[in-house]
Amino acid sequence: MKWQVGTVTDVRQETASARTIVLEVPNWPGHAAGQHVDVRLTAPDGYRASRSYSIASAWTGGTIELTVGEVPEGEVSPYLVEVLTVGDPLEIRGPVGGWFVWRPEFEGPVQLIGGGSGIVPLRAMLRSHAVATSTTPFRLLYSVRRPTSVIYVEDLKELAASDEVDVRLVYTREAPAGEPRVGRIDAEVLEQHAFRPEAGATTYVCGPTPFVETVANLLVGAGHDPARIRTERFGPTGDPQ
Amino acid sequence: MTEANYLDGNAAAGALSNMFAMDVTSAITRCEGCGRTAVFAESRLYVDAPGMVARCPGCDSVLLRVVTTPTDTYLDLRGMTYLRVQNS
Repeated sequence: MKWQVGTVTDVRQETASARTIVLEVPNWPGHAAGQHVDVRLTAPDGYRASRSYSIASAWTGGTIELTVGEVPEGEVSPYLVEVLTVGDPLEIRGPVGGWFVWRPEFEGPVQLIGGGSGIVPLRAMLRSHAVATSTTPFRLLYSVRRPTSVIYVEDLKELAASDEVDVRLVYTREAPAGEPRVGRIDAEVLEQHAFRPEAGATTYVCGPTPFVETVANLLVGAGHDPARIRTERFGPTGDPQ
Repeated sequence: MTEANYLDGNAAAGALSNMFAMDVTSAITRCEGCGRTAVFAESRLYVDAPGMVARCPGCDSVLLRVVTTPTDTYLDLRGMTYLRVQNS
């Protein structure tokens, strides 16, 4: 797979530290929900750094979208979130990834569990589900620090309006008024909101490595089949959001 | 949460895309160190190691190393007994 150059056609601030970048990529072959691209930056002295970012959009032809969370002192994300602007070129390689993928023709209910910017590929799956007018039952558990950390606020409301889609936010540091619980996803949260093991759901867990491993262990501990749990680990998420 | 300085095999998909005709993240690997079989997507990936190093999530032995220089890509697979994919 070769590096190719996309052009930024739009940028949207999602939270204080996360931004969606819309790219026009010539001859984009299309992608499946959950796939990602590698992004490469080259400094004037030739120094290169690359990182992987999940594609945030469903493929409907046209542009693709990436959502990037800024990592303090990061090598790539600060440029993408603070500097990159409409009209700029961006070197990308992809789409890649065949494991952490959902396609509308897959059978069985889907449980999505995301932490921080782990929501990005899960949102692509939800968008793909909507575009395909799929009737597959989908549940999302999205763990964030506080209400201002939520990426895709309006989008998630719209997606949750569908009968087949259930969206539940878990606030770990500060919750909105009326929200009974503040704290990380634990066995009780899964018990209350996730599909039961008997439902035979395929579960996609995405977020920072410690989040993914904690949640995957909780799922296995609750009796979910490890073979039906797919994980994607991200690097550290930026801190205050 | 404790600091975990690794990603997983998914993040190596791009770097390995020029070496494999199919998606490597879904391939099953068998660790030469402990015999554990798992999808490559689940291996622990250390980036800027230099290059990328994938380790067995069970015993931590190196499964694979990939290093990209300005002119060549090196792939060291000696830590895997095999890579297994379904026939298309």
